[in-house]
Amino acid sequence: MNVSQIVQLLQSAVVFGTVIMFGAMGEILTEKSGNLNLGVPGIMYLGGFAGLAASFFYEFGNPDPNPVVCLIISFVAAFLAAALGGLIYSFLTITLRANQNVTGLTLTIFGGGLANFFGGSLNTMAGGVGQISVAVSSATYRTTIPGLASLTIDDFPIGSLLFGYGFMVFLAIITAVAMHFFLNRTRAGLNLRSVGENPATADAAGINVTRYKYLATCVGAGISGMGGLYYTMDYIKGTWANDGTIEALGWLAVALVIFATWRPLNAIWGSYLFGLLYWMYLYIPGLNRSTMELFKMLPYVVTIIVLITTSLRKKREDQPPAALGIPYFREER
Amino acid sequence: MKLSKEPLLRIAKRDEIARPKAYAIRIAAVLLSLIVSGLFIFAVTKLNPIAVYEAMFDGAFGSERRIWVTIRDAMMLLCIGVGLAPAFKMRFWNVGAEGQILMGGIATAGLMRMLGTSIPTPTLLCIMAVVSLVAGALWGIVPAAFKAYWNTNETLFTLMMNYVAIQLTSYCVALWENPKGSNTVGVINQATQAGWFPKIADQSYLLNVIIVMTLAVGMFIYLKYSKQGYEITVVGDSENTARYAGISVKKVTIRTMAISGAICGLAGFVAVAGASHTISTSTAGGRGFTAIIVAWLAKFNTFVMVLISFLLVFLEKGAIQIASQFNLNDFAADVITGIILFFILGSEFFINYRLILRGKEAGK
Repeated sequence: MNVSQIVQLLQSAVVFGTVIMFGAMGEILTEKSGNLNLGVPGIMYLGGFAGLAASFFYEFGNPDPNPVVCLIISFVAAFLAAALGGLIYSFLTITLRANQNVTGLTLTIFGGGLANFFGGSLNTMAGGVGQISVAVSSATYRTTIPGLASLTIDDFPIGSLLFGYGFMVFLAIITAVAMHFFLNRTRAGLNLRSVGENPATADAAGINVTRYKYLATCVGAGISGMGGLYYTMDYIKGTWANDGTIEALGWLAVALVIFATWRPLNAIWGSYLFGLLYWMYLYIPGLNRSTMELFKMLPYVVTIIVLITTSLRKKREDQPPAALGIPYFREER
Repeated sequence: MKLSKEPLLRIAKRDEIARPKAYAIRIAAVLLSLIVSGLFIFAVTKLNPIAVYEAMFDGAFGSERRIWVTIRDAMMLLCIGVGLAPAFKMRFWNVGAEGQILMGGIATAGLMRMLGTSIPTPTLLCIMAVVSLVAGALWGIVPAAFKAYWNTNETLFTLMMNYVAIQLTSYCVALWENPKGSNTVGVINQATQAGWFPKIADQSYLLNVIIVMTLAVGMFIYLKYSKQGYEITVVGDSENTARYAGISVKKVTIRTMAISGAICGLAGFVAVAGASHTISTSTAGGRGFTAIIVAWLAKFNTFVMVLISFLLVFLEKGAIQIASQFNLNDFAADVITGIILFFILGSEFFINYRLILRGKEAGK
């Protein structure tokens, strides 16, 4: 492996990691409130599709689309659509007391269905031909910081390694740091964690459990949806693919939550590590097509190992929120 | 001091609900969901929803072949649901059916390729069935053992096991590729049909029905009338009670997951030997997840599962039909399935609780 190959591998790891980092961070926020939302893949689908559709309708028939407007409407649409998915989940599990796992899985079926249904036929329905494409929006998402991205030191492309990405890569890191601060340093974050650990005690302390669960789940879904947006706009450059990749990435995001032991800061390096593990097979010599497939198993195997070791070591700070997946009904205390 | 006002609506748990009333609520939910799905279809196609439902019916039951394909797929879904029932009754979240099916499928496909020429089909079918049972059971026992001894979260563990199985399947597909470069295994033993389910009464899929229905009846009896079934119920209701009653929670957990995984593995056998005669990562095709919903909605009653399986497969076949008729893609099936499931899930609330308006007496 030479230097340029290593840089290329690291870059694809960062790009790949960013998709699942958004998904995982949204799910961390959701799980901190005690809701185990298995609808992450569906939510990422919703976000990715809504962002794409919003800029498509703006760009379609508009000869000179404004990049900033493209950015804002797709961003807002993606967040809202994903949060709406979270709202469906919240309403069913919190207000109507439906089972969390079943509701989450249904949301995955529904979100994936809706996004693939419209994503595949949006262009045909609007009277166009071939694949949907939003060139201007995608280019805006992929704009790098001028100057910094082409920086080199002794021919080592340090600039492109550190800065050669669209803004959402940095937004993901900022979100992770902000979420770490929110969860560990603010009163609202403390309240949220107490809801996820022991809702009955939180309720007795005067915390509005329902409101915290609703807000955390909807905002969390919105953040997860950003993963889908980054995927459609940057990763596959403003088109749509019905190949189910978002679903696989969504489950990987759920895995990352465990890997990061529910800490946003761990999700940063964890996601890049997953990206490395995922792409590594391209750079390992002597692999044939079948053994390559075994290598792609790595992120999941590593997650299983982390899951087992955390349950073996029983370190208190590494455990999932104590009330994760357990519904809270005040009158059943 | 002013007394705070009573809330407009409050909820109270129902003590008991009459069966007809519970079913009326469920049927109302399904009807409501069909109306919402109808609106969705109308918004997309601008066609009369009733005509669309007619087309869907045609897609699922329009010809004898279509009826049998619908039956075959419903049986597949039912088989997985039956496998999941004991695990869920024990409150063990086995979301790993997808992986367990694939493990059974790989085992079946591998044996079919290897022994197809040397062993007569009836013997081969028995060997494949046993090995797929073992493969599925193994995939179920691993997370169960960790749950039993170290309380490792089973939802997340079984979920990850799916992807390990999917990659194993991709590995086998690349290994057994036929013809070279096609990235598929192709139909195994196409000429000899060795290891395929035999036709019974001139029907290719009758054996599938017999196997799965036997399992469904057997599971119903096992859960309801056997000692082990009772132990599962007790562990599911309260582990502490189970321990107090002298039931070994560890043993029951592992045994039940072995059974659950084994039946899902057998579903893989039925899918490969009895339907597609090939193996790919889509052999399970998300049905391991759909079956979770089937098992949960049926409250582990295998006969109700038959109904729900048929409803979901009908929707899927119907949506594929409207998709091809109206030039859409068949993901419409997932949208409609999602809408209907959301409504059924929500309706459970109105079966377990009742709403009381402000000012009304709580008594009746």
